[in-house]
Amino acid sequence: MDGINLSINQGDIYGIIGMSGAGKSTLVRCINLLEKPTSGSVFIDGQDISKITEKELRTVRYSVGMIFQQFNLLMQRTAEKNILFPLEIAGVDKETAKKRAAELLELVGLPDKAKAYPAQLSGGQKQRIAIARALANNPKILLCDEATSALDPSTTNSILKLLKEINHKLGITIVIITHEMSVVEQICSHVAIIDKSQIAEDGEVEDIFRNPKTDIAKKMIFSEGDQGSVVMGKNTYRVVFDEKSSSDSVMAKMVLETKCLVNILHADMKNIDGFAFGQMVIQLPEDELSAARAINYLRSHQITVEEVSAHVG
Amino acid sequence: MWDSSMTGLIAQGTLETLYMTLASTLLAYLIGLPMGVLLVTSDSEGIVPMKVVNQVLNIVVNITRSIPFLILLIAVIPLTRMITGTTIGSTATIVPLVIAAAPFIARLVESSIKEVDYGIIEASLSMGASPIQVVTKVMIPEAKPSLIIGAAIATTTILGYSAMAGIVGGGGLGDIAIRFGYYRYETGMMVITVVLLVLIVQLFQEVGMKIAQKQDRRK
Repeated sequence: MDGINLSINQGDIYGIIGMSGAGKSTLVRCINLLEKPTSGSVFIDGQDISKITEKELRTVRYSVGMIFQQFNLLMQRTAEKNILFPLEIAGVDKETAKKRAAELLELVGLPDKAKAYPAQLSGGQKQRIAIARALANNPKILLCDEATSALDPSTTNSILKLLKEINHKLGITIVIITHEMSVVEQICSHVAIIDKSQIAEDGEVEDIFRNPKTDIAKKMIFSEGDQGSVVMGKNTYRVVFDEKSSSDSVMAKMVLETKCLVNILHADMKNIDGFAFGQMVIQLPEDELSAARAINYLRSHQITVEEVSAHVG
Repeated sequence: MWDSSMTGLIAQGTLETLYMTLASTLLAYLIGLPMGVLLVTSDSEGIVPMKVVNQVLNIVVNITRSIPFLILLIAVIPLTRMITGTTIGSTATIVPLVIAAAPFIARLVESSIKEVDYGIIEASLSMGASPIQVVTKVMIPEAKPSLIIGAAIATTTILGYSAMAGIVGGGGLGDIAIRFGYYRYETGMMVITVVLLVLIVQLFQEVGMKIAQKQDRRK
């Protein structure tokens, strides 16, 4: 990884997205120094944790929870004992620890699974226990390394909902590593797109979705679902709707008013952080005049239109 | 030829065998378990990489393991005398047994602990566990079923070695088999001792597997 400069504010849900092998897992491990960067610094709450002793680092790690794709629960311990584990490590007394474990089981919605071993739980339940375990020492930050990648779509949704709830309720900063744009859409407030070990683009999710600047960002946004292979011919434009315009049948009106026939190559509506957000890839007729009319019509309705010349997918 | 003294002899031999085997296994684990753990943790990919320690340990283990037990038995006689004050009998046999078994146990422990998914170790590190905590709270408890199977294998192997010690008057059933069965051609006696040895091995193996199965929460 090279020249990564990332600052994450307290209370954010920060997505780090990239193709596999882009270096995002390494990046998240640099935050709690499971991977030691050869150069550079990591600051948590203004403290440079790359300069402190191993012992101090372990104390810092109490306040940085982490969950994983493969859950990584202790297989020989029950769910409850898994949650007790970080408390044992931090030297919390037994009674307080047991109370805390019960609270957390309640928080993740599995109070009846205290005595179950991980092997008796489903994937979603295992991740809930892992989340409870990561929250045991009241961390300020929760790192999620592909936390939903081993789960089916509906379980993924429920886990993401839980994470969002935790963020709202406890004000914990959440960093999410993923290769799925849908995860970012659903819960992240900010996103950084990692490509070739560098940050290609970062900022608020809404802005990036509305106006991706780099090829990789466009690719990640477009390739969501199976539209990865949309063939872009000549005169192809990407049209982005925001909340207001998406509820207004602008496209249909445009066709009626400008008599310009559009060919819709790809259309998609997403719900990003509560805002409806849509995009469409359209092909306009070769006739430059009517194409220009169509573009002007859309722009006059405050809709972002940009030409996409190359094949993105 | 068969009388009550024979029965007494065999009973005593059985007890001696059990004593040698169990005492040696226990002592060998006191040395082998930390060695095995250290082999894993000091590895270049381990949680506390220590190149020199790891290399030395590997060489020591390999050398000790490649010496045939019978040779080792005789070679350590001076050490045996120093520790136990004698060179015959079952207590004296414990010394070479421990020396031979400890590195073997170290390898068994090493392979059991390596079975623990690195993800679990990484997760515990992410929670701020110290290396000692990782060993005592994660590696050993998580490897428990495999460690128990290893212990059953170690015990039966040590039992086999202990029978060899009969050659130098080490006591136990092996000693009886050699003295009566081999030197005096008393086939009946030999068969009885061998059958008893087989039964003891079966017992240890079965009990070990049962406990391991019961302790395994992975399925």
